[in-house]
Amino acid sequence: MNLADHWLFSYQALARHRLRSAMLLLAISIGVSSVLLLTSIGEGARLFIEQEFSALGAKMLIVLPGKKETTGSAPPIYGTTPRDLTIEDSETLKKISNISHVAPIIAGTATVSNQSLSRDIIIIGTTNDMFTVRNLKLQQGKKLPENSHIRATPVCILGAGLAQKLFPNTSAVGQWLRIGEYRYRVIGLLEQRGESLGLDLRDMAIIPVQSAQMLFNSPALFRIVLQLKQADFETKTIAQINKAIAQRHEGEADITVVSQDSVLNAFNKIILAVTASIGAIAAISLFVAGILIMNVSYISVSQRRAEIGLLKSLGASAGEIHRIFLIGSLVLTIFGVLIGIILSYSLIFLINFNFPDIPVAIPWWSTASATITAVVVGLLFSWLPAKKAAAVDPILALRGEQ
Amino acid sequence: MTDNPIIKLNDINKTYQVGDQPLHALCNVQLDIQQGEYISLMGPSGSGKSTLLNMIGLLDRPDSGQYQLLGSNTELLAEEQRAKLRRQHIGFVFQSFHLIPRLTALENVEVPLMLSGTAPKVRREKAIALLTELGLSEHLAQLPRQLSGGQLQRVGIARALITDPAIILADEPTGNLDQKSGHEVTQILERYNHNGITLLVVTHDQALGNRAKRQLNMLDGQLVNDSTASITAVNTIPNKTISKKNRAELT
Repeated sequence: MNLADHWLFSYQALARHRLRSAMLLLAISIGVSSVLLLTSIGEGARLFIEQEFSALGAKMLIVLPGKKETTGSAPPIYGTTPRDLTIEDSETLKKISNISHVAPIIAGTATVSNQSLSRDIIIIGTTNDMFTVRNLKLQQGKKLPENSHIRATPVCILGAGLAQKLFPNTSAVGQWLRIGEYRYRVIGLLEQRGESLGLDLRDMAIIPVQSAQMLFNSPALFRIVLQLKQADFETKTIAQINKAIAQRHEGEADITVVSQDSVLNAFNKIILAVTASIGAIAAISLFVAGILIMNVSYISVSQRRAEIGLLKSLGASAGEIHRIFLIGSLVLTIFGVLIGIILSYSLIFLINFNFPDIPVAIPWWSTASATITAVVVGLLFSWLPAKKAAAVDPILALRGEQ
Repeated sequence: MTDNPIIKLNDINKTYQVGDQPLHALCNVQLDIQQGEYISLMGPSGSGKSTLLNMIGLLDRPDSGQYQLLGSNTELLAEEQRAKLRRQHIGFVFQSFHLIPRLTALENVEVPLMLSGTAPKVRREKAIALLTELGLSEHLAQLPRQLSGGQLQRVGIARALITDPAIILADEPTGNLDQKSGHEVTQILERYNHNGITLLVVTHDQALGNRAKRQLNMLDGQLVNDSTASITAVNTIPNKTISKKNRAELT
């Protein structure tokens, strides 16, 4: 019996036992769909984060004060440094040829008030480079003054939500408000946008970095974010940054440089692990489908005893019968997998189409592994019934006895 | 008679265990069948007819004795090889037809060639030709449940003939048919026998049995009567010596 005939024979057996085949197909396709749909949620989360990072625009580096190293005493901790990262340090970095934008950041919380309305919020002190590096846009007004790193101009830019709360009935631009001990004039409003890397931009105020130094009474930078001209020379640029800082910090490069990639990779690893374990849990449903295949195959062997006896009398060997039943299960499994894949991809398509905000996507590896798992499970669980079929005594079977 | 029988059984024994009693289904059976013979095999139920038929059809293995099919020994062959011999040289016709219910008449007839790996086009043409010859050209695409008993058996015969076997083994081929259809089926089988195929019919029906040129009778696992004197049934144990108890088991 050649392969094409095997397929034909199995197909006929499936197509002409509709209810039984439909039930099995349902079981297998539900198993496959559950794997695909559950992993699609994890993959969606990963895509979401990737999207967030790509919204940052070109290649970004983050410079943090303090060196990540193991110092003398256990346990390993971030080595502390007596030298703060300063605005002057960030100015020095501008001289490195591969760096296009440098945004020093001072961050802290302060109370913002307009007459009786007040809020405790995060204040970001920075320069205009921040807008380029983090891809921030204004819906109204203008950016910080160009000399923000030199002069403590009393101006601020508000997040859309904050402006709404402090100036409920009027336009915020042009108004004065109070941050901590100082008065600032509102010169711009940020575009309405959700969270970006955990910072809720809606409830935030941005002021010139020199003003922030004055407000918090400290020259220490929270961090410096950099944008590179060319991503290819990242390693070289990091070395140059370390060298430049070391020159200013008495020979010690007491900073930590984090690249966008390393952050993204860390996220990716975690989410991939979560997705894979969700997938493994979903694979249990494939296992259940496998047991169902076994049960139904056993029943099918009992029902088809006469047919098996006949095939043997017509010259089919035990091995042939074994193959017939295995291939029967294989055909069934493959159809089930196809239906499952079609179902889940259509569902994901519908979700993406109707709710573009919900990030879901089926990763290719879950499609591949669900398919392989289903086929392996299908074959494994039909092995025993097929063996039982092969052992049928043709004489008894033809006589209709057990 | 030639000296080269297509089937040669020598001293075949087969015992089944029924409960804690051994049942001697075949007892020192000695039988030669020549090419083109028409043989009927009769006897009461439990006399070992079916066992002998299955033995000849290579579905069963003897406990002892030799079985030569077309001049070669079969006792030592592996299951795969026995299946191949069965596929090539033996055609079965059953009392209850045993057509696969989900396959059409045409597909049922094709099954033996499918098992032997014949190309779909070749086997289809052959099956159509055979079914047309048997007067079933209008029923090719019908499922077994849409056919009458006589038609079902003709499909069964076509299936047995499609591999051009050396011998047709028919187990009560008319047992489930009315007289008219039974007669038709008998005539078809005899026509092919006339064309050279060896035909062995197992039957309870004396009238059908008498049509054969050579008639074998079985009782208690032994060939007790062979109407053609040229081949002798060897009766080592006389009938009377079989114990009453054993005979009760057999019937």
